[in-house]
Amino acid sequence: MRLRGQERMGTRSPAATPLPAGLRSAGRLGRRLKRYPLVSSFILVALLVFPAITADWLAPHDPIQGFVPDRRQPPVFFGGTWEYPLGTDRIGRDILSRIMHGAKVSLSISLVGIFFGGVLGTLLGLLGGYFRGWLDAVIMRLVDISLALPSILLALVLAVALGPSFRTVILVVVFVLWALYARQVRGEVLSIRERDFVARARASGNSHARIILRHILPNVANTIVVLATLQVGSVIILEAALSFLGVGIPKPTPAWGLMVADGRQLIVSAWWIAFFPGLAITLTVFALNLLGDWVRDRLDPKVSQV
Amino acid sequence: MQRYLIRRAGQSLLALLAISVITFGLSHLSGSPVDAMLPDDAGPEEAERLTREWGLDRPIHVQYLTFLGNALRGDLGDSLKWRGSTALGIVAERLPATLQLGGFAVLVSTIIAIPIGVLAGVYRDTAFDAAGKLVALLGQAMPNFWLGIVLIWIFAVKLGWFPTSGRGGFSHMVLPAIAMGWFQVAALMRLTRSAMLEVLDSEYIKLARIKGVPEWRVIWVHALRNAAIAPLTYFGVIAGVILTGSVVIETVFAWPGTGQLAIDAIRGRDYPVIQAVVLTFAVVFILSNLIVDTLYAYVDPRIRYQ
Repeated sequence: MRLRGQERMGTRSPAATPLPAGLRSAGRLGRRLKRYPLVSSFILVALLVFPAITADWLAPHDPIQGFVPDRRQPPVFFGGTWEYPLGTDRIGRDILSRIMHGAKVSLSISLVGIFFGGVLGTLLGLLGGYFRGWLDAVIMRLVDISLALPSILLALVLAVALGPSFRTVILVVVFVLWALYARQVRGEVLSIRERDFVARARASGNSHARIILRHILPNVANTIVVLATLQVGSVIILEAALSFLGVGIPKPTPAWGLMVADGRQLIVSAWWIAFFPGLAITLTVFALNLLGDWVRDRLDPKVSQV
Repeated sequence: MQRYLIRRAGQSLLALLAISVITFGLSHLSGSPVDAMLPDDAGPEEAERLTREWGLDRPIHVQYLTFLGNALRGDLGDSLKWRGSTALGIVAERLPATLQLGGFAVLVSTIIAIPIGVLAGVYRDTAFDAAGKLVALLGQAMPNFWLGIVLIWIFAVKLGWFPTSGRGGFSHMVLPAIAMGWFQVAALMRLTRSAMLEVLDSEYIKLARIKGVPEWRVIWVHALRNAAIAPLTYFGVIAGVILTGSVVIETVFAWPGTGQLAIDAIRGRDYPVIQAVVLTFAVVFILSNLIVDTLYAYVDPRIRYQ
């Protein structure tokens, strides 16, 4: 069974520049990993969704109330105990528990932010692409302006104006994302609206709203899903960076970026405080990007990603 | 070409206007600046006097036009924190440090990314390609602030190869440039790789090979020359990456540039300086995008007629 599978794989992909056998098999391994998205999905679930959902029950310690006498305990294999597997921070809070709760913060920020940004951008993209004319012109100018703004500036301005909070971070994410959806969706709607089925739907008396929602939206759904999955990782990094700078999630909420900032001054004496939350970000975003790449290849190879 | 340039310049101007509205709104969104400026024991007459003096009792559009007029003349007021210096003067003082670090980061990442991308394209689906992809995915997953802290911990504290922070000679730039450039290496590498794949498949490359042009010349001269157009567009994005990165990286490495200034100003609620930083960043960002787009339209005529 397995042999045949490998054979098939070999014949399908065109032969590359010949290399020694050892190197070739490693390349095949890379291809196999790409073919089995279960691996990446599994990492993803294990790293982000599972601890986020179970943090309230499974996290061994309180994420906000620390036990001061146990402060700066090292991780278990570096002279610590299983009581605090990843060590404790400067006021005795368990790093593992905080990372688990931090997953909840990261996940909810990116889901809520991408949802609102996606809905807003898709809606404007649909309207602009379908109706064309002055509405389209106005929307596209707004897109241009929004894409011309470096996102961190927007975040800083908003953080100053509204103060750091969950709501501020969501607003920043929405502001950063909507234009990408609007531009992509509009571009596709422009060509979809010229297709026969749209004209027929119109001729048989459907309203514009119905055509947009029932006939055009399903045709851009793939694009939207691809964009959304590709963005989860970068939104998590954006949120972490904002929190790290003190303009995102306010203390003492266990957000990953905040935790890195907390441990920054102690990197010499207690490296684990900053190290593990950053590692959590890296692995999570890594897994999410793998998943995003796979979803794109599956659903819509047109959407490019940098 | 001319029409394209005019249109593009018009868009840039519009974006700048929008940013001026946002920066202007900043001081109003967060409450009256009079409250921020006055000592706690000041009476209402004092507040009224300042309000009139600053023209805050005039209609909002008049205030905006005054602000815009002053901004165009380079007058954004004096810093609230550093008495006696103009906000724009402070920003101008700090800007060279940011550009130095950013320029170095771009240089280093280009030198690393382009050859790896070319080789990954040439040796596609081999171990080299897989390793390159892994590095790229990791690079896009690692938050730069965390990478910076880890670099300081390992290479400055443990090994003592580089200074931990501050601005000085060449050795001061190495770690922050790596932390800032890593993400770009990943992105540039992927772009170069896919461009190379496309170009290597084209007829003129086959012709060059048939003619007996040496393989290294085919790859590094014939193919790379055309493949390099795609990464070129990315340099427009890089300006944003550097400005965004500077805020984070300069904070981590105590690099005395505009990014650090921005965070300082936000913590100290120094509105004129915040406005000056935001406007300066926006001008740099929009100008560099304009330059890159112009270059791109010059190199690739198809762009002009879109």
